[in-house]
Amino acid sequence: MKRYLPFIIVVVVAFVTLASGTVLYRAKRPSVLTIPKSALVSGSGADDSIHVRGPANAPVTIEEFGDFQCPPCGTLSDPINQLEREYRPRLRVIFRHFPLPNHAHAREAAFVSEAAGLQGRFWEMHDLLYREQSVWSKAADVRLLFDSYAGMLGLNVDRFKKDMESEQVKVRVASDQKHGDAVGVNTTPTVFLNDRALAPTSLNPTGLHAAIDAAMNATPPPPQSLLVKPKPPLERQ
Amino acid sequence: MSGSRSRVIFYTVAAVISLAGLADATYLTVMYLTGETAVCGGSASCFQVLGSVYARIGGIPVAAFGALAYFSAFSFATFAAFGYTRVRTFFALIVCAMFATTLWLLYVQAFVLHAFCRYCLFSAAVTFLLAGLVVAIPPSSKSSTA
Repeated sequence: MKRYLPFIIVVVVAFVTLASGTVLYRAKRPSVLTIPKSALVSGSGADDSIHVRGPANAPVTIEEFGDFQCPPCGTLSDPINQLEREYRPRLRVIFRHFPLPNHAHAREAAFVSEAAGLQGRFWEMHDLLYREQSVWSKAADVRLLFDSYAGMLGLNVDRFKKDMESEQVKVRVASDQKHGDAVGVNTTPTVFLNDRALAPTSLNPTGLHAAIDAAMNATPPPPQSLLVKPKPPLERQ
Repeated sequence: MSGSRSRVIFYTVAAVISLAGLADATYLTVMYLTGETAVCGGSASCFQVLGSVYARIGGIPVAAFGALAYFSAFSFATFAAFGYTRVRTFFALIVCAMFATTLWLLYVQAFVLHAFCRYCLFSAAVTFLLAGLVVAIPPSSKSSTA
């Protein structure tokens, strides 16, 4: 028996490693912000940078004008993600850029998210930028850090760097900003709920909950045939 | 304590240490495969290292190679602890290769990226411990199971 014991130990360790790796993979996979293209709407034109999560026929739409370097926007990011998960498929979330001039790296961060978006990873970069906001905002070499974020997200970093400098991402960000100016946005975060701006005092989890619930109650439910049933592969995991 | 018994203890310790490296490398590999970026949460240095081109070889994370190496080291150490003398050479060889790779990766972190990743430093510590054990293991006398 002793002769076979090392074989048994090695096989058991291999099995335990693979099993725990698989369990960890499954546990972490849902938190990964990979959203299939079928669940998203992204602008098709160079000057159209709309980024949407959720079904088009959702009764409530939240449209956020955000600045990646604005601390309140960062604070609001997670609650909006949670609301989107909680209310799906009755809630649609739209993000638009509105980088403020007093934030040194905000415009660059917007370009970063758009460059990631060109490789299908806008929302992943969006969430990463908000989560790491306090780090990159103070970084001595912010470009280096942005490149490493692209690497961590598995993007083609060379293409990402080129896209960062491209006219396409600049035009997209400018287009959002122009849209924001047109609808009267002058600070961030500015959140519209079904095209009505929410008061800054409502921009917290409780306030947003109440506003969404009120909008849902005011909106007649769409016919069952129009309701998109939540399909895990089509929604944010 | 006889040389044979101390060797068993050394190889058993080496196997246990290898498991720590295996856990670290497996964790990093899985995080890479899931695309989870929270692994580096709040650490710019960690992002700079794990998001760099040096963290992958041909699209495969370096951590995956590390996991393979640690598993090999664990297997060889286990067999060596049970008296399979031939695998001692393999154990020494793989630890030497891991040691050389670790030196290279530490060089890259210190002088190319100017940033250190906590997981990489933990792995380096594990490899240094294994290398220390390889040096400290008493030379083998005759006798073998295999």
